[in-house]
Amino acid sequence: MSRDYEVIVGLEVHVELKTATKLFCGCEAAFGADPNSHTCPVCLGMPGVLPVLNREAIHLAVRSALALNCEVRPFSKFDRKQYFYPDLPKAYQISQFDEPLAEYGWVTIRPASGEGRRIGIRRIHVEEDAGKLNHLGQRLGDATGSLVDLNRAGVPLIEIVSEPDLRSAEEARLYLTELRAILSYLDVSDLRMEEGSMRCDANVSLRPVGYEGALEDLSRVEIKNVNSIRNVQRGIEYEVERQAEMLLRGERIVKETRGFDDATGRTYSQRSKEEANDYRYFPEPDLPPLVLSAEWIESVRQALPALPDAIREALVSRGIPPKDAEVLVLDREAYQYWLQATERFEDDRLVTNWMLSDVARLINARGESYAKAAVGPDGLVELLELIGSGKISGRMAKEVLEAMFETGKRAEEVVKEKGMSQITDEGAIRSIVEEVLKQHPAVIQDYLSGKEKALAFLVGQVMKQTRGQAKPDLVNQLLKDVIHHDYNTAQ
Amino acid sequence: MSELWAMDAYALHEQFASGAISAEAIVKAHLDRIQAWDSTIGAFLFVDAEGALRRAREEDAWTLDERRRRPLSGVPVALKDNIVTRHMPTTAGSKILGAFLSPYDATVVDKLMDAGAILIGKTNLDEFAMGSSTEHSAFHPTRNPWDATRVPGGSSGGSAAAVAARMVPVALGSDTGGSIRQPASYCGVVGMKPTYGRVSRYGLIAFASSLDQIGPMTRSLRDSRLVYGVIHGSDPHDSTSLTNVAEPIPSQEQRWRIGLPREFFGDGMDDGVRRVIDQALESLQGLGHELVEISLPHTDYAIAAYYLIAPAEASSNLSRYDGVRYGMRASGGDLLNMYETTRDEGFGDEVKRRVLLGTHALSAGYYDAYYLTAQKVRTRIREDFDQAFQTVDYIVTPTTPDTAFVLGARSDDPIKMYLGDIFTVTANLAGIPGLSMPAGLAAGLPVGLQWLAPPLFDAALLDAAETLERVLQPMPWPEEVKA
Ligand SMILES: [Zn+2]
Repeated sequence: MSRDYEVIVGLEVHVELKTATKLFCGCEAAFGADPNSHTCPVCLGMPGVLPVLNREAIHLAVRSALALNCEVRPFSKFDRKQYFYPDLPKAYQISQFDEPLAEYGWVTIRPASGEGRRIGIRRIHVEEDAGKLNHLGQRLGDATGSLVDLNRAGVPLIEIVSEPDLRSAEEARLYLTELRAILSYLDVSDLRMEEGSMRCDANVSLRPVGYEGALEDLSRVEIKNVNSIRNVQRGIEYEVERQAEMLLRGERIVKETRGFDDATGRTYSQRSKEEANDYRYFPEPDLPPLVLSAEWIESVRQALPALPDAIREALVSRGIPPKDAEVLVLDREAYQYWLQATERFEDDRLVTNWMLSDVARLINARGESYAKAAVGPDGLVELLELIGSGKISGRMAKEVLEAMFETGKRAEEVVKEKGMSQITDEGAIRSIVEEVLKQHPAVIQDYLSGKEKALAFLVGQVMKQTRGQAKPDLVNQLLKDVIHHDYNTAQ
Repeated sequence: MSELWAMDAYALHEQFASGAISAEAIVKAHLDRIQAWDSTIGAFLFVDAEGALRRAREEDAWTLDERRRRPLSGVPVALKDNIVTRHMPTTAGSKILGAFLSPYDATVVDKLMDAGAILIGKTNLDEFAMGSSTEHSAFHPTRNPWDATRVPGGSSGGSAAAVAARMVPVALGSDTGGSIRQPASYCGVVGMKPTYGRVSRYGLIAFASSLDQIGPMTRSLRDSRLVYGVIHGSDPHDSTSLTNVAEPIPSQEQRWRIGLPREFFGDGMDDGVRRVIDQALESLQGLGHELVEISLPHTDYAIAAYYLIAPAEASSNLSRYDGVRYGMRASGGDLLNMYETTRDEGFGDEVKRRVLLGTHALSAGYYDAYYLTAQKVRTRIREDFDQAFQTVDYIVTPTTPDTAFVLGARSDDPIKMYLGDIFTVTANLAGIPGLSMPAGLAAGLPVGLQWLAPPLFDAALLDAAETLERVLQPMPWPEEVKA
């Protein structure tokens, strides 16, 4: 396919804020309770109720906005977005329309090829979530009824709207990954896309080369509510291909909302935008405008934690290879694990290597996370200390780590139980070395004639005899010594 | 001693707190009165005789000291039926709420109960408080105690009629564009709309959120002061309720400059009303006050602005009555069908008219021309009052251009009905306090005098009006309920 168009993607990301209570009432905001158990007259939209703003939600929203380089408005207001749906108790959502909490931010993405690139954030606003419908029956089409669960109704959300600055599905993936990393360091949300605490809508359009009109005038397709970053990428990839083929065939792209089918990897039409709602926004008369003082905003800024860009820099300056640093940065739990381990153990690179190879492998295999790993940073450090002191070899340590994950026991305990301890007694090893050499005169000749591999074979033989407990570099040294001393002259 | 039902709340409380009478006797007297007259008047939608008697016996168990500490101890109170209660049904005068029982009490209900009041029932209103005659109640119209062929005004017509007919000494109403003051005027009682934000709206079924205020309806100004004292104050459940405000202390000077807005005294005022108002103005002069003509130049635009802002907010506030969670639900059909049929069968014509008007005013393409323009007018009206109160202490006007009209006289002419609100809507648009007090009779029907004051001058306003009450002839008994 000829590349005579440019991909234009903008993302709208909804993030549920991790407050104890809902945005406008005192109900618990936590996920997973019995249906309708986290409700009260206010979030049920009973007659006569009024909203009362949760200041903690505003605090978390402002933290997010500042971390995303936004300007926080000293004066913003709430508006009603009106539509009828059973999951929306008041038949309007309290949101922010023309005076949002924050504007003009950015996120830097780092495509594999080339420089870092700033993706603009148009606005961030605060709003309440809707409830959930559980349809009875196999599919919506043949549902015999629907049950309304309003536990989620009124849970605070921020909507982060990017500029249409993304130029590929891969860039969308990078943006979301970075956005999620930043928000994870702020600890403002659970950020679980599968549970809906982070949701993404993608606007995709193709701009023909030479097009000079406004981006807004391009026919835009919105892919709604995709449940993972991977699927956002897949959905955009599919959509780009679909639209490109339509353009090639000379067809017009219809402005519409499309869903994403996980199983087929395709998007499908949901409704066309021509029949879209008029939400009849107007200022929420039940809430006074939100006025934030410059001093307060500044105090929130001062209290921001270290964010991914600063952390990347710090890691690289401590000698961590950029690729490894990237892995640590994008997983806040891994980074915190790393921080705790390196606080007690001075070799940063050794910690990194162990974490990103063996620890990561075991955590993945066992379905754990760094925060809840069976072997925490202290356990890893104890293991590394045993290697450092020469008590066990690196190879033995791998086996010990596995046992630690398996049993939850400490490194020292595992070593003792397994009767593992590295033989560092030179005399003991020397006698085994002499024994092995006697049995392999031909290999000695190979070595003496310059075959380095021959030495490795001999080391292996010694290790076998000691059941792996001999200190490898000592074995090496002794083999060389004995060969040179006892066999070189015989030649 | 006069009949218990003829006494005002202040006197009842005093007698009860001194141990002279029992709360049970007070409640029984008023229940008897309701029994005797409400079939004629139709002021109540629900009377909780059993609950009121139980509460009365609770009050009777208190010591005299405890009775005295609670300012409404022993006093029966009726509530306009758009104020939600846990122990009595709430209808808002509409069919759409069905047999709705609120899971919580309105803040004013809590405050009344804490003050020892005895809730006796819920009063009739125009559906969702939309109307000026109480004819738009989905259940039955209420009749004026002075002349049962006439309306009591509205939308708090049930509360006004109940107080005027001595079925209860005190009732609460709500005022969005005059809904307390106009029926108070038509029924010859005192009705006060406090400064916006002074009384919590939590538990008041919203009509137009930026305009609604709950207020007292009583037969004396001292009763209004008593009830206002109990129900006002900041409420953590209402973000628009004013916090940390101190009511200004009015000047101790007993001679005020009283503004008479030119725009309120023009043509279109009933001659009888004019005569009564002129007499009241003379009395004010007699008290040494200076009357000055002032201008509130944007008054002419007030009705238009009001009838855009109030329906716009109402269209949104009434969207929740969708048949999904509570109240009436029409059966059959798909979701959209259920919504449409429920709302079609549940709402009356006046409510539908305003929901349509408001929905239109907020629609894409019309919002700027209608809603935004109306908000600009609102700002001008507020500025008019700001300016006026630079030079005068209070403003006095007729509450309505006319007296109570005959049932059905305006049913087919909504515009004429809307124009009747001309003198009252500006106080809501500006958020300032206003009250209507009986000034006399014109052709046997009560005429109300309206007082307006700067924001937060609520208590001062009550005091000012009371100085006039002292020198006016006491109102005679309403014709229909004399016996
Ligand atoms: Zn709640």
